[in-house]
Amino acid sequence: MYALGARSYRTSGFNFMAILLGFLFQTGFLFSRGHAQGRCPLTNLFEVFIFLSWSVVGIYLVIGSSYRLSLMGVFTSPLVFLLQVFALLALPDTASPLKSHPKPWLELHAAVSIIAYGAFALAGVAGAMYLAQERQLKTHQLRTIFFYLPPIADLAVAIKRLLWTGFALLTVGLISGFMVGFDVRQVVWGVGVWVVYGVILQVEKLKKVSPRRVAVLAVAAFSLTLTTLWGLTFLSAGGRF
Amino acid sequence: MNVICLGLSHHTASVELREKFAVADSDLESAADRLGAMDGVSESVIISTCNRVELYAATDDSGRGFESLGRFLGGRAQEHNYNAHIFYQYDSPHSIRHLFRVVSGLESMVLGETEILGQVKKAYAAASSGGRTARHLNKLFQRSFNVAKEVRTNTNITRGPVSVGSVAVDLAEKIFGRLGSCKVMILGAGETGEITARTLLSRGVKSLFVSNRSYERAAKLAGEMGGEAIHFGEWEKPLLDIDILIGSTAAPHPVLTREKLGPVMKQRKSRPLFVIDLAVPRDVEPAVNDLDGVYLYDIDSLQAIAQQSMEIRRKELAVCEQMIERHVNEFSSWLTNERSRPAEAIPPLMEPAHCRIPES
Repeated sequence: MYALGARSYRTSGFNFMAILLGFLFQTGFLFSRGHAQGRCPLTNLFEVFIFLSWSVVGIYLVIGSSYRLSLMGVFTSPLVFLLQVFALLALPDTASPLKSHPKPWLELHAAVSIIAYGAFALAGVAGAMYLAQERQLKTHQLRTIFFYLPPIADLAVAIKRLLWTGFALLTVGLISGFMVGFDVRQVVWGVGVWVVYGVILQVEKLKKVSPRRVAVLAVAAFSLTLTTLWGLTFLSAGGRF
Repeated sequence: MNVICLGLSHHTASVELREKFAVADSDLESAADRLGAMDGVSESVIISTCNRVELYAATDDSGRGFESLGRFLGGRAQEHNYNAHIFYQYDSPHSIRHLFRVVSGLESMVLGETEILGQVKKAYAAASSGGRTARHLNKLFQRSFNVAKEVRTNTNITRGPVSVGSVAVDLAEKIFGRLGSCKVMILGAGETGEITARTLLSRGVKSLFVSNRSYERAAKLAGEMGGEAIHFGEWEKPLLDIDILIGSTAAPHPVLTREKLGPVMKQRKSRPLFVIDLAVPRDVEPAVNDLDGVYLYDIDSLQAIAQQSMEIRRKELAVCEQMIERHVNEFSSWLTNERSRPAEAIPPLMEPAHCRIPES
């Protein structure tokens, strides 16, 4: 971001490799953590944020190159950094007391839901990129970043696909959550997030709003989701296995 | 062995003078033969483009080499009423630096343009296939191609469009992505509008409509560009369908207003519309840009972007020169070592180098 602002940004494989390396470290950490606990490592707020940032990076690595959205890494990295800071703020990393044996449905619910939020996070990132590019096109003030950002048409498609991916995953997450039953606050919150994204996708499908507004909604919805996730996980001990 | 260069370019000579010294592609081989046979010229390459004519030679005696190159170039001009100051001559390491700057686009009329690299590659291939290059110029030119690649990859010297047409195309690609599904309409038959439309067509736009007060003129232009002519009274009809509108009429008042376009944009369901207003007085009311999904650029804003790109390129010059200087020093050291080696220690000539030209 600084390099772009200073007009000294250079595309290089180094940036991608750095993100990939970070992802491998995160994968190793989550694997060893899960192996030690004998369950999906989502037992406290620290792990939730690490898992969320891992899913964000994972989805970026999958879709970033296929949509020619290489600069997405520049926008994704600060978000991942922020999520990692949230994780560190959630320390001390004391494992919550295990109330029962691992439940596969509950683990599936938690893991799939977090990956869904990862997709929503990337949709928010693509939304921010869309807004940055669209603003430059409107105001005629083209900065260095303009030449690296993808076309707004490609970004609009990426936002839509990421929202649909997140929505589908969240639907699976909610259904698997209902299989084991969970905290009322979580039900309300989960369904609330599902409804918000469902409405965004519906108005987009019916062309009731412009791509720019879809981008604004993708950013706003994820900001809201992240804030409420933070609050909910603090309040809800039931969210821990 | 030294590397020397003698030439003239758009920096030193007008096109009327440059064309007198130019070497046509068809004449390149025989010209290379004549140059190669001259006294003091061991290896040679002739670069002749619309902006420069330059001769490079490897020579044991720079004085004799320059004399031969001068006689060769002087012999090209049919009239001899030119000033000797139009020529520049460089000995190593300045000749090496000059070549690296030329292939990197730093000496081009449009700073950072990349066409020159292909032209120099072609000139070098012609020389090497004719057996006019060997150890020294092979190494020099191959190094120059690597330098050009490094400069282009690691700096912003080629960044951004620098003409009105290329700015319009770049903006269109930043809005729509690939232009293969885009439909364009030209309103009016102004020259800049036509050039811009042709540039867009060269990037593969799907279809083109032309509307003009004179239908005959519209039909002629549409015929030339493979488009469809529309009567001026009906130009608003395709608005629902097109993606790019180019305005270049001579109308004294705006022909497209916010009031007119607002309802159309609602019907288009926010599908983006790129409006390029090249007319003076302007064809499109500036308030049109406030509509969601409309991107309006007039001639001033397009020119401002072209200038901005040029400014970015100029700021990169120092970085490019640093990179080039490193390669000049390396190559000069190699050349010095070569001079100090006994003749029997120098391996035989390298195989024809045109087979190893790196891809740009």
